[in-house]
Amino acid sequence: MSKAQSTPTRKPTDAEARFAEYFAARQAEGAPQLAELRTAAFDAFAKTGLPNRHDEAWKYTDLRALLRDVKPLAAPPEQSAKEAARQAGRLPGVDARRIVFVGGYFAPELSDLAALENGLSVAPLSQALAQGDSAATALLGKVGKIDDPAFALNTAFMGEGVVIRVAAGKQIERPIHLVFVAGPKPASYFLRSLVVVEKGARASLIESFEGAGTPEEYLVNAATELLLEEGARLERIKIGREGSAAMHVSTFVASLAAEARLDDFALNLGGALLRNQSFVSLEGRAAHAGVRGANILSGKQHADATLFLDHAAERSESKALFKSVLNGSSQAVFQGKILVRPGAQKTDARMMARALLLSEGAQANCKPELEIFADDVQCAHGSTVGAMDDALMFYLMARGIPAPEAEALLIEAFVGEALDAVESHSLREALAGLVAERLRG
Amino acid sequence: MTALLEIRDLKAEIAGKQILNGYDLTVKPGEVHAIMGPNGSGKSTLSYVLSGRPGYKVTGGQALLAGADLAQMTVDERAAAGLFLAFQYPLEVPGVATMTFLRAALNAQRKKRGEEEMSSPDLIKRVKELAKILDMDMEMLRRPVNVGFSGGEKKRAETLQMMLLEPKLCILDEADSGLDIDALKVVSNGVNQLRSKDRGIVVITHYQRLLDYITPDVVHVQSAGRIVRTGGKELALELEETGYARYQSEAA
Repeated sequence: MSKAQSTPTRKPTDAEARFAEYFAARQAEGAPQLAELRTAAFDAFAKTGLPNRHDEAWKYTDLRALLRDVKPLAAPPEQSAKEAARQAGRLPGVDARRIVFVGGYFAPELSDLAALENGLSVAPLSQALAQGDSAATALLGKVGKIDDPAFALNTAFMGEGVVIRVAAGKQIERPIHLVFVAGPKPASYFLRSLVVVEKGARASLIESFEGAGTPEEYLVNAATELLLEEGARLERIKIGREGSAAMHVSTFVASLAAEARLDDFALNLGGALLRNQSFVSLEGRAAHAGVRGANILSGKQHADATLFLDHAAERSESKALFKSVLNGSSQAVFQGKILVRPGAQKTDARMMARALLLSEGAQANCKPELEIFADDVQCAHGSTVGAMDDALMFYLMARGIPAPEAEALLIEAFVGEALDAVESHSLREALAGLVAERLRG
Repeated sequence: MTALLEIRDLKAEIAGKQILNGYDLTVKPGEVHAIMGPNGSGKSTLSYVLSGRPGYKVTGGQALLAGADLAQMTVDERAAAGLFLAFQYPLEVPGVATMTFLRAALNAQRKKRGEEEMSSPDLIKRVKELAKILDMDMEMLRRPVNVGFSGGEKKRAETLQMMLLEPKLCILDEADSGLDIDALKVVSNGVNQLRSKDRGIVVITHYQRLLDYITPDVVHVQSAGRIVRTGGKELALELEETGYARYQSEAA
């Protein structure tokens, strides 16, 4: 993965200096259980600094150049911000257990932690640590071996988030919806969650990032670690609706045991600069990971989806499909790497990235990679970049559909190919609704 | 009475090549016209120019739909004004559900005309009625538009759209291509149901066969981008006998 090539003598950028300053100030406080982990993570970050275009994994998203300034770490939100967040992120038609964070802090009055289903435990990270959840402490930062500066920064600064555990064999029907609402002021948020789905259990998780009401610059660095035990299943939906000047960097680390199944879908609609990086390890036999996403971008938005699928066991399957719709001078990046380790025979891995360019100035970069160390596998990857189909536009318009609506229908169809994989009908409809709203709003 | 379609000395080109060379045609309400002609005589071009397909450029003359200049309208405005082109090769639209497409088309047209939109239950009911007439399985209409349809199924779907949208002027571009005899009968039956005193129908076809089922009031022979002969339905039979050779040489 990322191997930074910084010279030790390089003068830190302003942003790097600011991180060092914040970290020194932060060390005094915070949960003592994590002090060692944080320090190690910050040291690892400090060694490389912010990643830049010379780091292969960050080639198209030069964070060192892009992150000029670091806003102060978030302070507890005012009551008005909480009030404003009451409806944030609600998905029509979806009955979910909402766990709301405002300006980086848990908002108990907006959250529903009552009457948790039998076998489900959900706690804010701060609370889990304060109560000495040693299992959580032991797992944090350990779900995968991730050598990445953005993830290291998250570990060093991790603030609030949740610890979710689903007990073996339990099927939790009602989705758990983590709503992260940006505060009204410029700030930096470091959000961290840990999800463990025990043997044979099943759950559904939504993470949405809401900042549509905030024109200010802010930084979100979010990370979710997921452990799926044998035969466990999780459907995860990530929705990005950050503010127009927001920078959002998120890391998803998942480890799948035998016959576990992950279905992940990320929809990006907002924000100025987005980086979604996923590290998915298929550790057990016949594990299955569906990793999909869609970006709908305009103006100067930049969205980077970087995916690492690590097949470490026999008969594991991965299906990756990413769709980007680009208008204005927006940019989409897709980097996907499939690694098939020795012995991971009968791996079936498929990866596809498609971009639809609606304007001259839009740009899509796709970089799929395969690295295979087993001989009996099926792996395929591909990418396409195309424009709107004029013949189809004419056909729709010849039936009386005006150009903007015809275009919206065709874009929805394009995105739909990825969205159709979302198993829950209500979630799929809600996501389609967000896409429709973005296209017509 | 205002003509439904009035084409006067229309000239049009694509990619700098002139295809229509002074085209004249008048279709009155209630009439069914057949336009016949050899391949390459510009029959499809006429339908594309009238419907406003990008790339086709009008360089002279005029085409009026119920008195309104088509050149001043966008493609969707022409449709809302009552022009319907049944495509020779209807397109597959992956990912767009047929019902979504039909609802979007019908209600966009109604909205533009200042009419009330049709509710979803009414739409479904109407589509079911039409599917029955056209011998189509409703299951097909639950699929994305035309996806995986055979040539004949596409033509039935195209006819269903036309019947649902109730245009003033229907232009059928090679409606019989790709149809077996059973499908041809079904599609023709649908078209015949659309015949009315207020509506005009223009059937573009290479073969006389279709005209056994859709009987035209007027038959035109088109060659080299204009109409070279006009007659009654017996003209179609004559063409079947003699072929297009003499019209091709006449034009040359």
